Amino acid sequence: MANEVVDHGRRRFLTSATAVVGGVGIVSAAVPFIKSWEPSARAKAAGAPVTQSLKKIEPGQQLIVGWRSLPVFIVNRSPSQLAALPKQDARLVDPKSDGASAAQQPKYAQNETRSIKPEWLVMIGICTHLGCVPNYVPDLKPEPFDPNWQGGYYCPCHHSRYDMAGRVYQGVPAPKNMEIPPYHFIDDTTVQIGVDPKEGA
Amino acid sequence: MANVFVRIGDWVNERAPGLAPTYRKHMTEYYAPKNFNLWYYFGSLAILVLVNQIVTGIFLTMNYNPSAAGAFDSVQYIMRDVEWGWLIRYMHSTGASLFFVVVFLHMFRGLMYGSYKKPRELVWLLGMLIFLVLMAEAFMGYVLPWGNMSFWGAKVIVSLFGTIPVIGSHLVEWIMGDFLPADATLNRFFALHVIALPIVLLLLVVLHLAALHEVGSNNPDGVDVKHGPKGNRWDALKPADGIPFHPYYTVKDLFGVGFFLIVAAFIIFFAPTFGGWFLEHDNSIPANNLVTPAEIKPVWYFTPFYAIVRMIPSFAGTAVWGVLAMFGAIAVLFLLPWFDRGQVKSVRYRGTGYKVALTLFVIAFFGLGAVGAGITAEVIPAWFGNVDLTTWENAFGRTMTLIYFGFFAFLWAYTHFGWEKTKPVPDRVTTHD
Amino acid sequence: MTKPTLLMKPELLMKRLLPAFALALGLLFAGQPVAHAEGEGQLMASGSNIRDQASLQRGAKLFFNYCVGCHSLKYMRYSRIADDLGLTEQQVMQNLNFTGAKFEDPVISHMPAEDATKWFGKAPPDLSLEVSAKTADWVYTYLNTFYLDPKSPIGWNNTTLPNAAMPFPLWELQGEQVAVTKPGSDEAEKLELAHPGKLTPGQYQQATRDLVNFLEYVSEPAALQRHHYGVWVLLFLALFTLLAYLLKKEYWKDVH
Repeated sequence: MANEVVDHGRRRFLTSATAVVGGVGIVSAAVPFIKSWEPSARAKAAGAPVTQSLKKIEPGQQLIVGWRSLPVFIVNRSPSQLAALPKQDARLVDPKSDGASAAQQPKYAQNETRSIKPEWLVMIGICTHLGCVPNYVPDLKPEPFDPNWQGGYYCPCHHSRYDMAGRVYQGVPAPKNMEIPPYHFIDDTTVQIGVDPKEGA
Repeated sequence: MANVFVRIGDWVNERAPGLAPTYRKHMTEYYAPKNFNLWYYFGSLAILVLVNQIVTGIFLTMNYNPSAAGAFDSVQYIMRDVEWGWLIRYMHSTGASLFFVVVFLHMFRGLMYGSYKKPRELVWLLGMLIFLVLMAEAFMGYVLPWGNMSFWGAKVIVSLFGTIPVIGSHLVEWIMGDFLPADATLNRFFALHVIALPIVLLLLVVLHLAALHEVGSNNPDGVDVKHGPKGNRWDALKPADGIPFHPYYTVKDLFGVGFFLIVAAFIIFFAPTFGGWFLEHDNSIPANNLVTPAEIKPVWYFTPFYAIVRMIPSFAGTAVWGVLAMFGAIAVLFLLPWFDRGQVKSVRYRGTGYKVALTLFVIAFFGLGAVGAGITAEVIPAWFGNVDLTTWENAFGRTMTLIYFGFFAFLWAYTHFGWEKTKPVPDRVTTHD
Repeated sequence: MTKPTLLMKPELLMKRLLPAFALALGLLFAGQPVAHAEGEGQLMASGSNIRDQASLQRGAKLFFNYCVGCHSLKYMRYSRIADDLGLTEQQVMQNLNFTGAKFEDPVISHMPAEDATKWFGKAPPDLSLEVSAKTADWVYTYLNTFYLDPKSPIGWNNTTLPNAAMPFPLWELQGEQVAVTKPGSDEAEKLELAHPGKLTPGQYQQATRDLVNFLEYVSEPAALQRHHYGVWVLLFLALFTLLAYLLKKEYWKDVH
């Protein structure tokens, strides 16, 4: 009857135990819903490695291919474009890509030309400022935005400029060099984007 | 730390002084009769399923494509490519069927213990409105996967409106926005299913609960605890047979939730199609406007009502009678509080006639379900051999239809003319667990 | 005490039995409608078990050797098959994928739909959801009931799906069955093996069981995950329900 003593200890313990187990249940039940926002198998399939033949890309030409829904620039850099690269260093934010841009390329592309083979630039064409796709302005001639233009990329959104290795110039909003994706050459004229070169190859 | 919570509580109370009294009114100081039994779990379970449907539904819309060309593919996309998409979809599809299981049992509880009677007529009417909206919601959701059963289900159900004289055929085109269920149909059903009807449903549920808490809950003895003696261990002025909803019924319902989730999880993880009852085989075939599924029948929770349509023959050149009867089968439920003139609420103290009638009513409901689901079409030849199936099925189905409606007519006569011999109703509730 | 009180109320007992009865009735007939809809006679039990990975692998091999020429699995990716069947990318790409599709691509037959329509009168259906639509037993029976029929334009007929547009691609495995008709009727009563194939009848049944098993898996790859997680979810919920029950008991000591 009403004069029975309530076992508050047991009551508290059972309340906490049920609350904890229930809480674990609710959190676990939330996991599938949160996970359902991850890229789906279809999105991942679209992000599968892309194989591209280089046969028809003439020196100075750029081809844009899609990889993981991103535009990947493949450029056959001409000798004059290549020759201009070292001369830009003084005007660049991170010419050796070992400062702020250290993580913007795989180790095997962390060099002067930011590439595996000097003439072939393979780069994700996304401006590091706010994500626009920069325009390819290949010719080495004075441009309204730069009287000493040596070829490169010019972003239409906030006028960031990059050289022919996707290295960002000083004095523009973009902070880093453009990103180089993992890629390797299957043979001399075929590149695969999305897969690193085999070790030692 | 505790101090912070107290201060936040005070801060809120100062700015919204109505919140705490509202909480007390509906939870800690809502005195519910202490003798609720098994049948009283289904109300809280219905809320649980509603929440499940809303949450899983929101996540399904993130990947579903409401177009005739893309809907079927997008469901398979959810089932295969979206991480855990299969679980979210099965929770939704199983939830839909269990919603009806829970709601049917909840309504039957009302019939058994007279919960629809004065002073709870408004609670009953709001509940019936919930049931009606729920049927519309379920039907439109059933169409969305755009399988062949979805397509033909949409066609047949919308065609029900075509039996209305004069405006019928135009009305059907207006509902579909085309001459067959098509893109336009799918898009408007999607909009209604995910936005319009859920809002109505939520509003009605709030009103249903508000109306209930205004008059207080009924109980298996049908005794009004508010009119009984006063004074319980929590409050000297409150009903002696009442206990605070929180914590007593919250912990009890929590146990009910656990048990229900075991059943639901078993279905979701081990039998999501439930042998073709919750997810039908023919709905794995994409919508095809040239081929009607051989075994076309509505999803199980509509079968009793669909059977009534089938059992009523056309008359005077129109098929509207069957459709009227089907809607009538729902309308009479709305009017139940006025058919039943008896003063005694609970079946425990009602006359034998009522017990028999209620049993027959339940049998008729299942019988009609069996006709609608095609069970009689299999059982009759299996049990009775080579007989005229149509004649037998009609005889059975029409008897069941008659009993269904007869229940309401009998109930009126039985109570109106004073034929019912009731037992004395006790002053206090008799049992509790 | 809870139970005696409830059991002593006859109306409760009766009303609780009714839903149970309905459910039992429903379950009893759950599998039946399809059999009656499609069936010419009874269906054979497929005995498929998607947890038998070796069987799934054999079934996949059969599918990609005998079926994919005409039938696609447009909702099924090669990569998913590799993951779920315990195969490597290399194994799938060399032994199963003969169309040159990418590893992540879905299984698309390379038969052009127009040609198929010309040859068979209609395009061969996609089989991604065949078992979901027809049940494993139906597909299994179908694959075991082809027979030579001189009256059919394609030379083959099937007792499970009469006048099927599909020739019998597995004939070299099963051999050739012929129909024994009822006296004075065209209706096939039973099938007899006229010319044995490469496999014995028992081996052929196992082969079709493997094939159906693979198609059942393809109909719902998530079934593997369902079974895996389901056990843990149920155990967890049992623990929660037990705690909730004890909690309820504890609080309800107040109620007299």
